Amino acid sequence: MDYVHLRRQAASLRKGLFDQGYLDEQFYQLEDLQDDASPNFVEEVVTLFFRDSARLMANIDQALDKCVKDFNKLDVYMQQLKGSCTSIGASRMKTDCSAFRECCRDENIEGCMRSFQKIKREHSVLRQKLESYFQLLRQAGPVECATRPNK
Amino acid sequence: MESHSVPSRAEVFPVGLRVLVVDDDPTWLKILEKMLRKCSYEVTTCGLARVALEILRERKHKFDIVISDVNMPDMDGFKLLELIGLEMDLPVIMMSIDGETSRVMKGVQHGACDYLLKPVRMKELRNIWQHVYRKKMHEVKEIEGHEFTCDDLQLIREAGFEGFEERGFLTREDKKRKEEHSDQDGSDQSAVKRARVVWSVDLHQKFVNAVNQIGFDKVGPKKILDLMNVPGLTRENVASHLQKYRLYLSRLQKQNEDSALGNNRRADFSPKEPPAKPDLKIPPPVQQGTTPNSSAGFGFVAPKTETQPSKPISHFAEDIIVKKKGTSMPPLGMLLSFTGTIPNAEIKPSEPLTTLKHQTWTSGLPVMQFMQYPKHDHERCDLLGDYSCLPKPDLYTSAPSVISINMQNGTGNLLDVKPALMDCIKAISPLTCTVDGSTLGLDGLPGIKGCFLEQTGSNAEPGHITGSDLVPLPEDLHLYSSFQEIGCFENVGLMNSIDLFQTEVESSSNWCDGSELLDYPLIDECLFA
Repeated sequence: MDYVHLRRQAASLRKGLFDQGYLDEQFYQLEDLQDDASPNFVEEVVTLFFRDSARLMANIDQALDKCVKDFNKLDVYMQQLKGSCTSIGASRMKTDCSAFRECCRDENIEGCMRSFQKIKREHSVLRQKLESYFQLLRQAGPVECATRPNK
Repeated sequence: MESHSVPSRAEVFPVGLRVLVVDDDPTWLKILEKMLRKCSYEVTTCGLARVALEILRERKHKFDIVISDVNMPDMDGFKLLELIGLEMDLPVIMMSIDGETSRVMKGVQHGACDYLLKPVRMKELRNIWQHVYRKKMHEVKEIEGHEFTCDDLQLIREAGFEGFEERGFLTREDKKRKEEHSDQDGSDQSAVKRARVVWSVDLHQKFVNAVNQIGFDKVGPKKILDLMNVPGLTRENVASHLQKYRLYLSRLQKQNEDSALGNNRRADFSPKEPPAKPDLKIPPPVQQGTTPNSSAGFGFVAPKTETQPSKPISHFAEDIIVKKKGTSMPPLGMLLSFTGTIPNAEIKPSEPLTTLKHQTWTSGLPVMQFMQYPKHDHERCDLLGDYSCLPKPDLYTSAPSVISINMQNGTGNLLDVKPALMDCIKAISPLTCTVDGSTLGLDGLPGIKGCFLEQTGSNAEPGHITGSDLVPLPEDLHLYSSFQEIGCFENVGLMNSIDLFQTEVESSSNWCDGSELLDYPLIDECLFA
C-alpha cells in the first residue's frame, strides 16, 4: 500500500517535471531505452549528466572569472553544456544555454553572467527533483515502476 | 550486445554492424551506446578523437562505420572525419546539436555520409547500416561492368551456388545450414521453403537458365522469378541473387583475363598498377593440370610447395583456387586471383611462401592457405570491393602470415573453407579459418591470435565447420574453444595474399557448396563485412 502511494508520488513528480517544462521528449527516449539489460539506465544517465554538467559549469565559472571577455571560449563551453542538456531532455536548461550563447554572440558579458546564474539555478532545481524522483522509485519497489510507460 | 541465439536474426544484416562512436560527452556516449546496442549493433565507444583514430588505425577493419560528434575538444570533428575517410575509408556519420545548414554542408564537404542532429533518435540509428551497404555497393560497382560470356555462365552453372544466401550472411546461414543438413547435399528445395532462401544447385540452375533465356542484358528479377516458377521464391530473393551473380561473373571475367598464371595463380603485378583498377588476373580457369594428387580430382592449383608463387609479391594478390573435382571444367575451376596493387606495399613476399612450403599435402585433402596481403590503406584492392574484409593488419606489421588449413576430412569441401574464409574476411581481428589441428599450418604466423573455425574433420560431416565459423562476435567467442591456441590470430602480420587452395574431395554438390561459399563469402564479406 505504501508502495502504491510512493509510486503515485513518483508518477506525480515525473508528470510535474514534464508539465513544467523541466524535461522533454528526450526523457521518454531514455525511459524507452531502459530494459532488463540495464534496469537503472535512466538513473545512471541522469547521474552521469549531473556529474558532467557540474564539471562543464565549473569550467564556465572559471572562464567567466578569469577570461571575462573570451566569448568564443564561453560559447564553446556553453555548447558543450547545451549538448549535454539535450541528452536527458533538460529542456529549461537547454533554453537557458541558448540564451547564454546569444549573449556571447552579442558580447554581452552582463547578459552572460545573468544567464549563467539562471542556468545554475535550473540545474540545481532539476537535480533536486530528479533525485527525489529516483528515490521515490527506489522506495516504491524495484520490480515495477508505475511511472514508466509499459515496456 | 544482444545475443545472436536467434538464427534468423543473426543472419540478418545489419545485425552485428560494428560501430565506433566518438563523443566527448559521456552522457551521450552512454546513451548512444545503449541505442546502438538496441539496434543489435556491435558498439565501441570513445571519448576522444585522437583515441578514436588510434583505435581505427590499429584495427581498421574491425569497424563498419563511425559516428562522431562534430565538436570534439581535442580535434576538430571535421578533421577527424577527413582523416577517417582518407585512412580507413570508413563511412562516417557526424552528429551535432547544431543543425545549421552551413555546418551540415561542411560535414558533407568533408565526407560525412550523414549528419544527425542531437538528440538522435533510434530510428535514425537503425538506418545507419545503409551507409555501409551503399559504400560497399559503390566499390563493387567500380569493378563491375564486364561482359559476361557464356563460358562464365557455364562455369557458374557447373559450380552451382549452393547455399547462396541473400546478402551477406553466408557465415551464419552457412553455419545454420550445416547444422541443419545431415548430408552434404543439403536440402535444396526444402531450403526454399524456409524463410531464408538457400540457393541450392538446382535452384541456381533454374536461375541461370532463366537468366540465359531472358538474355543477360535484359534480365530483371521479376522476369527471372516468373521464368523460374519456384513457389515460395520472392522477387527479393531473386534480385539479391542476381546481384551476387553479377558480382560473381564480374569476378570471373576478371579472372579470365588473367591467363598468365598457370598453377601459380599468382598474378604478377607491377606495383605501379593504378590502384583504382586493380587487375584481377586469373590463371587459366580449367584444371591446371598440375593438380597433384587430388584424390577427388580436385585440381590443386596452387602447388603447395615451392611452386608457390615465389615472385615478389608486391601487391595484393588473392588467389582463390577452386577446382571442382573430376569434371574437366571445375565449377569454379579457375584460379581466382585478385590482385590489387599497393603502391608502397611494404610486404615481405617471401615469408608466406616459405610458410607455404610447410604445408604438406595430405593427399586428397583440401588445403587452404591463406596468404593475405595487407590492403593498402588507400588502395582499394579489388576483391570485388573491399579487401578490408580480409583480415588485414597494418601494412607495417611484418611477417606475412600464411594460414594453412588442412582439411583432414576426406570430404573437405569449401564449406569448411568458406566459413573460415568468411571469417577471415569478416573478422578483423579474429581470423577464422578451418583448422585441422594436426596439420595446422600456422607456421610463421607470428602473433596470430584470432580464432579459427573449428574443423570438425569428422567424416560424418565432411568439412563441416561447427559453430565456430562465425564472425568473432562476442557471442561467438566461446566457439573458439579448442582451437583457440592454434587457430587464433589477430592482426596477422603482413599477409601478402590470400591463396586459397582448395582441393576438392568429393561430391560435386559439396564442392559446389564450398566453391560458392568460397567465392561469395569473399564478396559478401567484402560487401558486408
